[in-house]
Amino acid sequence: MDPAPSPVRCHVVTGKGGTGKTTVAAALALALAADGRQVLLVETEGRQGIAQLFDTPPLPYEERRVAVTRGGGEVKALAIDVEEALLEYLEMFYNLRRAGRALRRVGAVDFATTIAPGLRDVLLTGKVKEAVTRRRPDGRPVHDAVVVDAPPTGRITRFLNVTGEMAGLTRSGPIKTQSDGVMAVLRSPQTAVHLVTLLEDMPVQETADAIAELTSVGLPLGSVVVNMATEPALPEPELVRAAEDGLAGADLAAALAAAGLQDVPGLADALAAAATEHARRWAAQDELRDEVEALGRPTLELPLLPGPIDLGALFELAGRLEEHLRAGVAA
Amino acid sequence: MTRTTARTRRQPRPPAPPAPEALPFELAELVTDPGTRIVVCCGAGGVGKTTTSAALGLAAAQAGRTVVVLTIDPARRLAQSLGLVELDNEPRRIDVPGAPGELHAMMLDMKRTFDDIVVAHSTPERAQQILDNPFYQTLSSSFAGTQEYMAMEKLGQLRAGDRWDLVIVDTPPSRSALDFLDAPNRMSRFLDGTMIRLLTAPSRTGFRIASAGFLFFSRIISKILGGQLLRDISAFVSALDTMFGGFRERATATYELLRRPGTWFVVVATPEPDALREASYFVDRLSTERMPLAGLVLNRTHPPTTTALSATRADGAAEEVLEAGGEGAELAAGALRVHAERMALATREQHLADRFTSAHPEVAVRTVPATAGDVHDLDGLRVMADALIGPDGDTPTGVPRRRILPARRR
Repeated sequence: MDPAPSPVRCHVVTGKGGTGKTTVAAALALALAADGRQVLLVETEGRQGIAQLFDTPPLPYEERRVAVTRGGGEVKALAIDVEEALLEYLEMFYNLRRAGRALRRVGAVDFATTIAPGLRDVLLTGKVKEAVTRRRPDGRPVHDAVVVDAPPTGRITRFLNVTGEMAGLTRSGPIKTQSDGVMAVLRSPQTAVHLVTLLEDMPVQETADAIAELTSVGLPLGSVVVNMATEPALPEPELVRAAEDGLAGADLAAALAAAGLQDVPGLADALAAAATEHARRWAAQDELRDEVEALGRPTLELPLLPGPIDLGALFELAGRLEEHLRAGVAA
Repeated sequence: MTRTTARTRRQPRPPAPPAPEALPFELAELVTDPGTRIVVCCGAGGVGKTTTSAALGLAAAQAGRTVVVLTIDPARRLAQSLGLVELDNEPRRIDVPGAPGELHAMMLDMKRTFDDIVVAHSTPERAQQILDNPFYQTLSSSFAGTQEYMAMEKLGQLRAGDRWDLVIVDTPPSRSALDFLDAPNRMSRFLDGTMIRLLTAPSRTGFRIASAGFLFFSRIISKILGGQLLRDISAFVSALDTMFGGFRERATATYELLRRPGTWFVVVATPEPDALREASYFVDRLSTERMPLAGLVLNRTHPPTTTALSATRADGAAEEVLEAGGEGAELAAGALRVHAERMALATREQHLADRFTSAHPEVAVRTVPATAGDVHDLDGLRVMADALIGPDGDTPTGVPRRRILPARRR
């Protein structure tokens, strides 16, 4: 028995487009699967980003193992297909699977999800809820944790707040009951919504907005993950000076001459300009780092890794996430 | 693309094909030409369409034109800096000191635009019926595609009057850039679709045409969604019946507007594989639809401050400088490493741009360097406008603005 396992079993990962939320979701799944645990990584947007990351063929609508971790843990991945989820739902509640297939042929499924966009989200989150609450015959959960690669911050609150979305359309009936059940799981301490950001204006702003929105509808927040953080290339004291006053070619000329670079025309000035811009960018990032801290959530920085993200890179990021998770439980 | 690579590899030492050279994209001519009446900025989400639209608007106003920029969902700080604090669906003038023309901007309120069409196309009583219908309320505020359709509708309205020399519109932040072109048709197809007709048939023409299969379908839909929704849809469609022709005609007319002389598309992308792939799709689509493409704005590039030193040489020099030691050695080594990183990044970006040009040699390109922070005031927009409309050859490093790095010497 773990001494104090975190109550969170459903990790929802969101972030502005381009912040690397799929990468973070995949690394988080690996981190949670360490020490022999079973984790399900769920894709909700049909982009097959998970298959690309793990270098596997496109995922079907079924749980497929994509990685093995130490101690016999494993990560399975599932790409939810809205149509399939609707058919599954019809079968589960009305025993209507074959009729459902006929409906799909006439385009009725497409029609239903079009006139009620909220229906899509109920089906997607309904599948997540099912995965979180599914039990083995002995009563233990099938998945120790479920990680959701969710829609971006701009849509996350609508996506998760399914009851609010459906309320306008239908006030009673099975879909209402279903969305109430989903909401109960999403609002419980079992769930945490993690936000991925970069140290750039827009992503940080959107993170702050999403935190406010999620809080206002009672959805539980997790950590803020600052992704692709870089190290400054200039030594510390000069970094501050360069950001404040800027560098001039004269600051570099002597040292460049020592390396025989005095003859390249305009080089010292150009390098000084590049270094100044670098320092200012760094200073702007530092300010944003403070803004992120002021959001008051547990925060973790993941480094920008050189080269493309492969399985090795995912494990490296997973290592950092594991430490963060452990620290979170201890705190 | 993969296939081509494989084929070249099989041949022993093929002669290196000449690097593709993009055509220069002279945006100054585009926005100052009195013949240009509509500029549509399109591209994947997050590539800077709104900022590009605003900067082009500013450039045109500075050239003396009366411009309105129709924006869909601007970043809050950019909106504030433009004075767009309210979503009132009306153009607002932005004060541009010293500009001979006028710059106006407006933020689209899709629900209000939809409401206006309903009111304009039916009797007050019928309009109220539609506006009160719960299904209409969902349709007008969250139907996938309403935003794109309403953006086109508004564009048509702005273009119809004589108030504006130039309308610049940035397309909604949809998952796919193509949605903008597809939405109006999808919407009118939907409102006019067999499914919706059949679904509402019982209430209008009795059960005669509704087959047994269809009754079964509507039973399931009502099981899933609840019967109330079906009744709402049915009421909505019969109330809308009188104005259906109007809807379809309008959608078609606006779509045709995009094909008329005076309309130009500007595709915006960042030098990243996904954004350029979207841009590629869009270029192909525009050519299929015979819609005029002006060129590609490659936004947020990272040109180096000098091209005299390659990444490899800069890294080597950083080591030499450190070995030589002395005062300022660490700083100079740091600056050399900053340059090396920048060169490596610029090389990757140029490579992606070259690939785009190989596939679309006819598309003119203008690169716009990234700034240290986001653009969120008029000064920032001015900097971007200068990068957009400056002459192709006029840059500090002498690298033409259609490129990030100079063409390789052979």
